[in-house]
Amino acid sequence: MTAKIMPLADAVSRFVKDGQTVAMEGFTHLIPFAAGHEVIRQARRELMLVRMTPDIIYDQMIGMGCARGLEFSWGGNPGVGSIHRFRDAIQNEWPRPLAIQEHSHADMAGRYQAGASGLPFSVLRGYVGSDLPKHNDNIRTIACPFTGEKLAATPAINPDVTVIHAQQADRKGNVLITGIVGIQKEAVLAAKSAIVTVEEVVDDLDAPMNACFIPHWVLNAVCVVPRGAHPSYAHGYYERDNAFCKAWDGVSRERDTFLEWMKRHVLGTKDHAGFLESIGPRPAPG
Amino acid sequence: MPMSYTPNEIMTVEAARRLKNGTVCFVGIGLPSAAANLARLTHAPDVVLIYESGTIGAKPDVLPLSIGDGELAEHADTVVSVPEIFRYWLQGGRVDVGFLGAAQVDRFGNINTTVIGGDYAKPKVRLPGAGGAPEIASNAKETWIIIRQTKRSFVAKLDFLTSVGHLDGGDSRARSGAWGAGPTAVITDMGVLAPDPVTRELTLVAIHPGITIEEARANTGWDLRIAPDLATTAVPAEHELAALRELQEKTAKAHGTSAVSE
Repeated sequence: MTAKIMPLADAVSRFVKDGQTVAMEGFTHLIPFAAGHEVIRQARRELMLVRMTPDIIYDQMIGMGCARGLEFSWGGNPGVGSIHRFRDAIQNEWPRPLAIQEHSHADMAGRYQAGASGLPFSVLRGYVGSDLPKHNDNIRTIACPFTGEKLAATPAINPDVTVIHAQQADRKGNVLITGIVGIQKEAVLAAKSAIVTVEEVVDDLDAPMNACFIPHWVLNAVCVVPRGAHPSYAHGYYERDNAFCKAWDGVSRERDTFLEWMKRHVLGTKDHAGFLESIGPRPAPG
Repeated sequence: MPMSYTPNEIMTVEAARRLKNGTVCFVGIGLPSAAANLARLTHAPDVVLIYESGTIGAKPDVLPLSIGDGELAEHADTVVSVPEIFRYWLQGGRVDVGFLGAAQVDRFGNINTTVIGGDYAKPKVRLPGAGGAPEIASNAKETWIIIRQTKRSFVAKLDFLTSVGHLDGGDSRARSGAWGAGPTAVITDMGVLAPDPVTRELTLVAIHPGITIEEARANTGWDLRIAPDLATTAVPAEHELAALRELQEKTAKAHGTSAVSE
C-alpha cells in the first residue's frame, strides 16, 4: 500500500470505524491529540481502545462515549494525577460502562512486539505474585519447553488501526520519529491499518542511518497537523504544555464542566487549527 | 546549628545517600526520581538512571514532571524503545536497583497502585495502575520503596497486590519465581524499614531525628517491629539540602509550579 497524504478528517473517516480496536500510542511524547479530537468530532462509538498510558486524550474519548473498552497498563495524567472521566467510567459507568483489560508496561510492549512480529502471543517473566492475572483472563502461564520455567503469556495486540504522531514526513509519506520513540513503531507494524499525523512535510528527511524511520508503504494515511500532539510535546518543535495538563484536572473533575469544555473547544471547532485558536495563544483549558 | 528541614527533605536525602556511584537504577517518577537525581548531583555523579520511557543514563537539569519528558531524552546516554527498555535492560538483568513509589505497602513490602476500597470491578478509588512496577519489582536485583508513612499507606492488608515484595514472607518470594532480592529498604518520612532476614517482615531499622517510635507505630497499619539496634538517621547536611532545594526550585520554575510542591 502507498501512503496518501490527506487531511486528518478524511483519514479518520476512511480508516477509523465504529466497533474497531484502535491504538493511539505515544509514551507521554508525541501523543496524537489532534487525531483523538477528530475521532470525537466524527462521533465514533463502541471502540476498543488500546494504549499503554491512556492520559488526557483517552480521558476525553472515554468521557465523550467513544469507547466500549480499554486495554492499558497505566491510566493517569502524567505528573498531575488521576484522569477523572476514566475514573467516572469505571467507578460509576458514566457515560457508559467501560470494560477494562489491565496489563503491565513490559507486557503491553511485548504484546505489540508480538503483533508486529506476526506471532500469536507474547511471553515474559512478569506478574509474579501480582493480583492482575486474577482479574484478566488474558494473562496466563506457560512452561518454557526447554527449562520448565513458568512464564506469563498474553495475546498479541493487532489493532484494526493504529494512530501516532511524528515530527516529519517526506513527500512520499515516509515518517521520521526522534526523541522518546516509545512503542509507536511496534504499534504501527502490529496494525491492520495506520495513520500518522506529522508536524510538517519536508523534501528530505535526512534520516540518520539508525533512526526510527517508518516507510510509507506500511502506512495508509499521513496527515499534516502542526502542533498535532499538543498538549503533549514534539521533540525539537514544542514543549509539553504542563499548564494545560494541570488545568485539565479541574476541567475534567465534573461532568458538566467537562462536557461544556468539549463542546466549546472540540465539537465546536472544525479542525486542530480551530481547536488551538479556541483554547487561545497561551493554550490552557478554561 | 544544622539547617532545619522538612520530613520530605530528610526522606529524599536519606534515600539519595543509599544510592552508590555507578549503580544502575531504574527510576520511578516523583519521589524516587527526586532522590535519584539528588544522588547524581551530590555524591554519585556516575549513577546510571534509567526511566521506563527508554532513556538510559538520563541526566535531567530539572526533575521531570512525567516519565517521558523531553528533559530526560535530551541529556541521556541513549534513548531506546519501550520494549527494549523492559526486555533487554530490565528483564535481561541489567538493573541493580528498582526504585519505586506506591499508594499502599504492606508488612512484606508488597505494593498496591491499582485500586483502593471496594472490589476490583467496582473500586472506591481507581488508581492509575501497574505501569512498569510489576516487572521492576520482580526483575531488578533489589527494590527500594520511598513512601510517606501513614495508616492509609502502611496497611495490614493491601486492597490489591500490584507488584511483588516479599509476598507472604519467609521464602515465599524465592519460591514464587521472582528474580532479585525484592525490597531491601523502605524509606519514609519517619525512618527506614528493612526486611527481617528470616521472616522478611519490614522492621524499623532507622528513625529520623525528632520522630518517636510511638509516632512511627501510630502511622503503621500493623504491629510495627522495631530493630533492637535501632539507628538514628543522620540529619541532612547543608550541601545536601542546598542541592535538593536548588533542584526543586529549578524544577518549579521550569514547570510553572510553586517550589513547595514536589
